[in-house]
Amino acid sequence: MSLIDEPRHQLEVPARPAPPIPYGMLAELTHRCPLQCPYCSNPVELDRRNVELDTETWLRVFSEAAKLGVLQVHLSGGEPTARRDLEQMIRHCVEVGLYTNLITAGVGVTTERLQSISDAGIDHVQLSFQGATADMTDKVSNFRGAHERKLAVAHEVRRLGLPLTINSVVHRANIHQIPDFIELALSLGAKRIEIAHSQYYGWALRNRGALMPTRDQVFWALDVVEEARTRLKGILTIDAVVPDYYAKYPKPCMNGWGRQSLNVTPSGKVLPCHAAETIPNLDFWNVRDHSLSDVWVNSPAFNAFRGTDWMPPLCKSCDRKEIDWGGCRCQAMAIAGDAAATDPACHLSPLHADLLALAEADADGSEVYDYRRYFQPDRAG
Amino acid sequence: MTATLAANSVPRLARGVRLRHDEARGQWVLLAPERVLNPDPVAVEILKKVDGARSIGLIVDELAAAFTVERQTIATDVDAFLAGLAEKGLIEVTSPLVGDAAS
Repeated sequence: MSLIDEPRHQLEVPARPAPPIPYGMLAELTHRCPLQCPYCSNPVELDRRNVELDTETWLRVFSEAAKLGVLQVHLSGGEPTARRDLEQMIRHCVEVGLYTNLITAGVGVTTERLQSISDAGIDHVQLSFQGATADMTDKVSNFRGAHERKLAVAHEVRRLGLPLTINSVVHRANIHQIPDFIELALSLGAKRIEIAHSQYYGWALRNRGALMPTRDQVFWALDVVEEARTRLKGILTIDAVVPDYYAKYPKPCMNGWGRQSLNVTPSGKVLPCHAAETIPNLDFWNVRDHSLSDVWVNSPAFNAFRGTDWMPPLCKSCDRKEIDWGGCRCQAMAIAGDAAATDPACHLSPLHADLLALAEADADGSEVYDYRRYFQPDRAG
Repeated sequence: MTATLAANSVPRLARGVRLRHDEARGQWVLLAPERVLNPDPVAVEILKKVDGARSIGLIVDELAAAFTVERQTIATDVDAFLAGLAEKGLIEVTSPLVGDAAS
């Protein structure tokens, strides 16, 4: 075993310090989805089927990702199983050494399809539940019978011996079901559950008033999760995405912009996070025109908020700057109107009180969802 | 400390767990659902032998032959390490099939 790595690119003098090597890539294979969740985080303008990358391009992207140092690929969407070439992509990922994670809604996925996905070599399946009960799942996803289908998929995944994660997005209407979600995950043989509080980007932003939990609900949820974590140590891993509207510190969004992960959209745009397109005037490059490595290292969008140089003085002088990484750029854009501002979720932001007031007003909002429909996209008038 | 895993049991990585060399970073990684673990050099030597065929006893024998460390010390380390991985669900430990009961 050699202890000394030959330095590559030794003769090149980099214009800027080399960026870190990404660990994960979210591959949004399609925006097509049978569900209509109001918290959908995909952009308001969805990519249509005719602009989706073809198989060959995706395979190249996966090869380039592996070469770049990506270790895990999250095959997502929309509903990734809507792509008939999914198995081909999985096989290719396995070949180039990528760990594959299928992120599915589990509706319209047959037993035969799961078998073939398993045979292709998928490593892990993450299955979403919109509720812990049939009534709730069907209401939130606006799809009658969705819950039953998801249960069937979960059983099949476990029968195939695949590790299963349950993903539950919680918000005002279903946050009280967190204990039931945990029980559901246990009963389905999942080893891991994600309890993700709804985030307000893309389509979800227009439903913020119908989704925002109250402060009491959020703090209750934190206690419930903490208790369950202790009780279920070694049995079920609980990963919770904490809502930051009521928090003191912002979330370290993506663990830093352009630092650990990247996201490829159905039409091939490469984003630092999947809401990044809400920031105007960022120049995103496309895998049709550039190699993934070129995008990661050189694209203006990835370098816009990488590291700490871009930070406003408030963040730059903060000893948490490499813990929080300035919080979330998309939230700064949405609330402060400036993507380079301190995330208003931070208690030191001058807009922190406004954010809290906004959350509290929203939590008192209407219960009516504006459902997301892939096949009937929203058109004004 | 008493052993928690039988020496004749056979460990293998659980489905969804993979050990590979990460060329880009020049290190070994253990990949698991939504996790990337960085095993230290000793852990890597053990993990390379976790193949669903070697028993724990054989793994210890081979490591004892390869390194100038007392067999008992290696046995203790291997047991602690593998028991920890089993508890996290990263490996499965199968009991060997014994004699005629196997048919």
